Amino acid sequence: MDKLIIGDLEIRNRLFIGSGKFANEAIIKDIMAETGVEVVTVALRRVDLKNSQNNVLNHIPKETILMPNTSGARTAEEAVRIARLARASGCGNWIKIEVISDNKYLLPDNNETIKATEILSAEGFVVLPYMHPDLYAAKALEKAGAAAIMPLGAPIGTNRGLKTKEIIRILIEECTLPIIVDAGIGKPSEALEAMEMGAAAVLVNTAIATAGDPLLMAKAFSQAVQAGRQAFLAQPGQTVDYARASSPLTGFLQD
Amino acid sequence: MTVTINGEQVEVATGTTLISYLKEKELPMEGLIIEYNGTIIYQDDWEKIEFIEGDKIEILTFVGGG
Repeated sequence: MDKLIIGDLEIRNRLFIGSGKFANEAIIKDIMAETGVEVVTVALRRVDLKNSQNNVLNHIPKETILMPNTSGARTAEEAVRIARLARASGCGNWIKIEVISDNKYLLPDNNETIKATEILSAEGFVVLPYMHPDLYAAKALEKAGAAAIMPLGAPIGTNRGLKTKEIIRILIEECTLPIIVDAGIGKPSEALEAMEMGAAAVLVNTAIATAGDPLLMAKAFSQAVQAGRQAFLAQPGQTVDYARASSPLTGFLQD
Repeated sequence: MTVTINGEQVEVATGTTLISYLKEKELPMEGLIIEYNGTIIYQDDWEKIEFIEGDKIEILTFVGGG
């Protein structure tokens, strides 16, 4: 069986989803039931003491692998604090490290991310760092104890696709940890392309949550991720510059 | 007395406990994460917390996020 192992968990479905931006969070449960998605990200925030609070976990099945993120953290120290708080919820020890101080493009700070990864992996977290694709930073994250590497395809929420494709290709080739493309993937074809290249998984939020029909889009993503993975495992044939006939070049009728 | 809850200064009666505050605010006990003066407090220990002047309390929960 083709299984993805992260931490000590076996994951069958290589589409991970984010739970943000859904106009109706109740649809998350339907998405998970119909696609078999197993990993979902959530964020940690202050309770609104003035208004009634909706807990997103009400819409996420109990058996889900939760991946809380450290969004809002601007430094490694803040990310570590958020991660520890998230773990105190009793919802597991996975953490998506997100350290961002750039408010325009929301690009992750690789240096702070590496520092946070080192601290949290030593504390027993399964650390999945969101990073700006860079080979040296990826190697440093591996050394720091990350469980997977999550390079961005394009800035968060832009739906612009695999703009960082060439570097992601290099990370896939050079890193021993699973590469999970996170952020920017806007269409199933882009998720398929990432998987076909050998990405271990993709994490999609905005493209599903803001689609006209989120459930249908989630199904399309799920199929694309499966197709891409199968294509990768099937080992695509080589590309060449000149035509090579697919039919025999002997036995023509005019001979 | 004054305590800081989720970054805002709040007046609470002497003797207010964490549990009584959560009940007063009608917050569901499920899914809350509490940080009390910088220390994470697990649910089993919530009943031991009685607010004192100057306390800093964070009451957190999971929301949708990517």
